[in-house]
Amino acid sequence: MNATTEIRSAPHIKGPRSVEQIMANVVYSLLPVCAFFIYQYGLSAAASILVVTASCLFAERAFVRTGTQAGSLSDFSATITGLLLALTLPPGFPLWMGAVAGIASIALGKAIFGGIGFNVFNPALVGRAFVQAAFPAAIATYTPSFLAGRFTEFIPSSLAWPLMAPADTAAWLKAMQYDTLASASPLARWKFEGFVTPAWDLVTSLTGHMAVGPSPLLIVLCGAYLALRRFMDWRIPVAVLGSAGLSALLIYAAFGTRFPDPFFMLFSGGLILGAVYMATDMATSPVTPRGMWAYGALIGVMTVVIRYYSGLPEGVMYAILIGNAATPLIERITQPTPFGKGASIQARRQGSYTLHPDYISREEAGAKTPKKRFLKNKPKKP
Amino acid sequence: MSDLSRAQTFDEFMEGIWRQNPVFVMVLGMCPTLAVTVSAMNALSMGLATAFVLVCSCGLVSLMRNIVPKEVRIATYIVIIATFVTVVDYVIQAVSLAVYDALGAFIQLIVVNCIILGRAEAHASKNPPITAMVNALGMSLGFVIGLLALGTVREVLGAGTLFGVSLFGANFQPWVVMVLPPGGFIVLGGWLLLFSALKRRKEARLAAQEGGHGA
Amino acid sequence: MTLPATSPQATPASSLVKTLGIVSTVCGLIIVGAYQGTYDAAAANRRLALERTVFKVIPAAKTMAEWQATALGIRPAGGEAVAGATRFYATYDADGALAGIAVEAGAKGYADTVRLLYGYAPDCRCITGIGVVAMKETPGIGDKIVTDKAFLANFQALDVKLNAELSALANEVKAVKHGSKTKGWEIDAIAGATVTSRAVGKAINDSAQSLLPKLVPEMEKLRKKKS
Repeated sequence: MNATTEIRSAPHIKGPRSVEQIMANVVYSLLPVCAFFIYQYGLSAAASILVVTASCLFAERAFVRTGTQAGSLSDFSATITGLLLALTLPPGFPLWMGAVAGIASIALGKAIFGGIGFNVFNPALVGRAFVQAAFPAAIATYTPSFLAGRFTEFIPSSLAWPLMAPADTAAWLKAMQYDTLASASPLARWKFEGFVTPAWDLVTSLTGHMAVGPSPLLIVLCGAYLALRRFMDWRIPVAVLGSAGLSALLIYAAFGTRFPDPFFMLFSGGLILGAVYMATDMATSPVTPRGMWAYGALIGVMTVVIRYYSGLPEGVMYAILIGNAATPLIERITQPTPFGKGASIQARRQGSYTLHPDYISREEAGAKTPKKRFLKNKPKKP
Repeated sequence: MSDLSRAQTFDEFMEGIWRQNPVFVMVLGMCPTLAVTVSAMNALSMGLATAFVLVCSCGLVSLMRNIVPKEVRIATYIVIIATFVTVVDYVIQAVSLAVYDALGAFIQLIVVNCIILGRAEAHASKNPPITAMVNALGMSLGFVIGLLALGTVREVLGAGTLFGVSLFGANFQPWVVMVLPPGGFIVLGGWLLLFSALKRRKEARLAAQEGGHGA
Repeated sequence: MTLPATSPQATPASSLVKTLGIVSTVCGLIIVGAYQGTYDAAAANRRLALERTVFKVIPAAKTMAEWQATALGIRPAGGEAVAGATRFYATYDADGALAGIAVEAGAKGYADTVRLLYGYAPDCRCITGIGVVAMKETPGIGDKIVTDKAFLANFQALDVKLNAELSALANEVKAVKHGSKTKGWEIDAIAGATVTSRAVGKAINDSAQSLLPKLVPEMEKLRKKKS
């Protein structure tokens, strides 16, 4: 007998899958998305992914070493946080700010709650929320994709000195003869200029110089791989996208011209990435099936509300954080009925049943049991 | 005897600065601590205003401690504290309108700062004026240190300056979050973390020493 | 042994009242003393702060006088305040000639009301400068309205001519999106700070629409410096 008892973090599912295996598969499925991001934005995107992920790993290592929490770098959870965080940041985000974001995401999003499995909020989004509040100008500065020299030179703002302000991206684009309008993200262009980017351009993200993230189509494919191999629950992304699409459709139908069509809503910004990879984070989303639907629906509706009715162009991040905060409540009110309770009580009350043979005397063995009736149809005495 | 009393006085003084620091140990007076510490200058002005109120009201409360019946003691303390807060309010307006605008309603809110009423009730009403004022001075210094600890970090990161003097040159990228309310919570949390880590390390060392003696 | 501890030494009511009376008197004296001692300095500070903002908006100004505009016309401020009156400041240069008029305006910005002071030049019938009195806009984005040189250049000569009947502005002052300013009465918004830029435009428009029709017909009253 040499069995060792291992104490693990949630999910406590008995099965052949370990946390490492799930996390590693999520990382594999993210690699094509990262590759596409690098293909779009070149050197700056690659450097951003490397620096952000490295800073997450560094922070994770530092906090695990303090002895206050479990976890190790080989469980890949910090790697996922880093990759996702990098994908949500603009490609020309200054690298030092990316490092700040990575450290903030692990420190504020994960370590202070007690490490892997204990975090209340998605760490990557906590990191992004921190830099959104800290550097609102830099995080709103996008550059168009597929610039000619993207594999040979950095976007100048990437290489800002630590603590120093980044170079002016608008001037750089102007020098390269690009329309500065193209450097606004499609959501910002809709919000501030009323311009709706065609949905098909957004789906592939392959055409023209647009300030968009990796192609939603590719993300959905990568997510489908995870869902098919059961590394991720399909209900949450379906609920998020369904409720966002539905509420956008209703608003579009009711108010028409003032709001963009639901396809624009679905494929712009980070909604697909958020729905597939961030809302589905196991530690911060409900485990009950009904809870998953409620949680996804909440995120979808919040996204639409924030995008349409607030001063911010993008709302996925805050919507998911709000969903994370509501998760314990959702789980409490959507507890499934324990086996043996619930439905069977109703059956017993309404249904007819034969008496147990042991209770029936020999004389009555052939007798039929009268149907049990309650007040509704009292048998009338003849 | 005089050596002993001097030592006691010093102890009273140091209590507020370290062992009972109002910000980092007692976690009192959080409202001004979080709200006005966007710059070191604001933190210092707020700390000094509170210090003035604390020392003066503790002195007066202590002087009156034998004539105030205990049924009306809280009412008396509040009147005394409110008086000195009003005085401070006028003085700051006269000295600098910029500071007055920056601190806003938080000057008037010193009245309800629980450090002050707490000191009046727990210490000044039971001790002679000199002791009470020395203790109040220590407490206020502890409060000033606490506010400055937050204010300097938030100003250095949030504006790249310290007391208005630029540290990193004109090209500094300010961390906007630090001058917003969340920055106050984050920095306060960071300091509390540091102090509790220090405390835990000290306790562990003491425990190790005792263990060593025992063995 | 089980007697309540308080009952033997209950203080008589007269003593309580006396104590509170003494404390209140002492405290009242302290407050009045402090008020008298600091009143002049505080008032001087306030005036200085206002003058500094007004003189920043109208650089040529050397002295200023406070006026108010009511439904009946304009008159020097002072005495009782009329309900619904708008305050403004007439400023004069070193020779005593009218240098410009400073008006306070406000509109809802991104976070809270943006309150600003703008300078109106009667000769070119345009706005010649703005200064922010109070705002809580996002640092680094909205607060560019104070620092952004290109944005402030909008207010070197912003057209606020009145229409022929002198009842409203001939052209509505409006913030337009960055880079699309073509007319003299448009404000080129800051890219990324559209909401705040619009608030500035709206503040100026609202205030000018209501004040200038009352002010312009009586401009002569303001020309002479009040001694």
